[in-house]
Amino acid sequence: MSITFARPEAAQNLRLFRGPVVSILSVAGFLLVWFIAAEIAQSRLLPGPGAVLHYIYEESVHGDLLTELGITFWRVVASFVVSMAIGSVIGLAMGQMPALNRALDPWLIVLLNLPALVIIILAYVWFGLNEAAAIGAVALNKIPNVIVTLREGARALDPGLEEMARAYRLTPISKLRNVTLPQLQPYFAAASRSGISLIWKIVLVVELLGRPNGVGFELHLNFQLFNVTAILGYTLAFVAVMLAIEYLVVQPIERYSTRWRNKPV
Amino acid sequence: MNDIQRAGVTSRFEVRIEEKTYVGADGTLVPAIRDFVLDVEPESMTVLMGPSGCGKTTLLRIVAGLDERYAGEVGIPAGTRIGLMFQEPRLLPWRTVRQNIELVAAPGFAPQDLERLAHAVGIADMLPRYPQELSLGLARRVALARAFATTPDLLLLDEPFVSLDERTADRLRKLLLEVWSARPTTALLVTHNAREAIMLADQLVLLAPRPTHVVAIETIAVPQGDRSAEVVDGIYADLLRRYPANFALS
Repeated sequence: MSITFARPEAAQNLRLFRGPVVSILSVAGFLLVWFIAAEIAQSRLLPGPGAVLHYIYEESVHGDLLTELGITFWRVVASFVVSMAIGSVIGLAMGQMPALNRALDPWLIVLLNLPALVIIILAYVWFGLNEAAAIGAVALNKIPNVIVTLREGARALDPGLEEMARAYRLTPISKLRNVTLPQLQPYFAAASRSGISLIWKIVLVVELLGRPNGVGFELHLNFQLFNVTAILGYTLAFVAVMLAIEYLVVQPIERYSTRWRNKPV
Repeated sequence: MNDIQRAGVTSRFEVRIEEKTYVGADGTLVPAIRDFVLDVEPESMTVLMGPSGCGKTTLLRIVAGLDERYAGEVGIPAGTRIGLMFQEPRLLPWRTVRQNIELVAAPGFAPQDLERLAHAVGIADMLPRYPQELSLGLARRVALARAFATTPDLLLLDEPFVSLDERTADRLRKLLLEVWSARPTTALLVTHNAREAIMLADQLVLLAPRPTHVVAIETIAVPQGDRSAEVVDGIYADLLRRYPANFALS
């Protein structure tokens, strides 16, 4: 008697669908739908993928697209660094000190629920239409999320390992590096992940409302001109930048820092 | 620095705990230890044996300096190097076995020393692995190696072989004795297992149930290496006759 679970060629087909093939097919499918929709619409308001890619190329070579992308990118990085630094310190402190947590919790809830737009408008009104106000406003929108995530991280620290570090008289630096930070790594990763996508969306709003350059400013400009090709072009270009960061920076770092996990016994 | 370390090796460690209470889950004060007095003999294996929940772990944590909320005095000279083996291995999962040991190793503990120690406890092949790849028995060996890598003046062992099958536990007890005899260290081991206590102890300290204190101290003269199953049985029978309350249930 023999039981066959899968024919060999079927298994081979399955393997084909495991690699990057599925991702590539998925992107191709999206482009195809877009292309067909644009062909049917035949409108200036829905350019096809070809027209948009051509715009990106032209603007990169002869226009300001790369400069504008660079400016927006630097604002994203600056806001990210500021919000992660401040949010982590406050979040860890709140997670470890119940009294501080009780004192700051109402502030945190207010900040979490304050609309991004309100913070941006107030920052511009109070501190002027300048770079510091812009980056500060974006960071302030992100900080509460970082605090909430890292506070959970601090609460989840293993008291057993903490005791081990004390029993073996580890120095504070060694304890931070070997015991505390590795435990917080997943929380940092979660905060960064959700952070970078939130930040870049808010940066565009900040640029739209009060900066003379950047992707947000260009979107605003082209909205007034009803230039949908430019709007899609800028959006697509920046999404490409974010995708590159995800696959070339974030995921390799994550793979490296979690290499000890889930190994078979 | 060196003087202090020498002092640690040769001097006695005095433990005097007048009272240790902790707050129970329902908010009431629970006395854990009362009038506990013990002189730990240098370079010998002192085994504290008592029923589960009698405050043995609390006692060991106080000696290790992990708990300072008690009335009394623990005379451990400053600079004493402590090696501590917990009930659970408590290894850092994101560090390899080698890194886990190196992290706490004494200054001057060379890579050859580490290799030799790893060989002695049978984890030489495991050094580049991560703790999650190890069985509990192997992880315990690593924890044992880590405790010895500090070249401790005082070695503390908190039920180090609990929840292992008897054969594995036995093998690890022999390993402990081997590594320990190679460099006699003042050691304090806590257990509720009578056979384990008889196999390992130079001084066997019998503890009363909570609030715990010393009931009696028995010195076992037969060297650990000569304690065959028959010898252990003989000592056990003798102790059972004299301390039925302490030995009857285990």
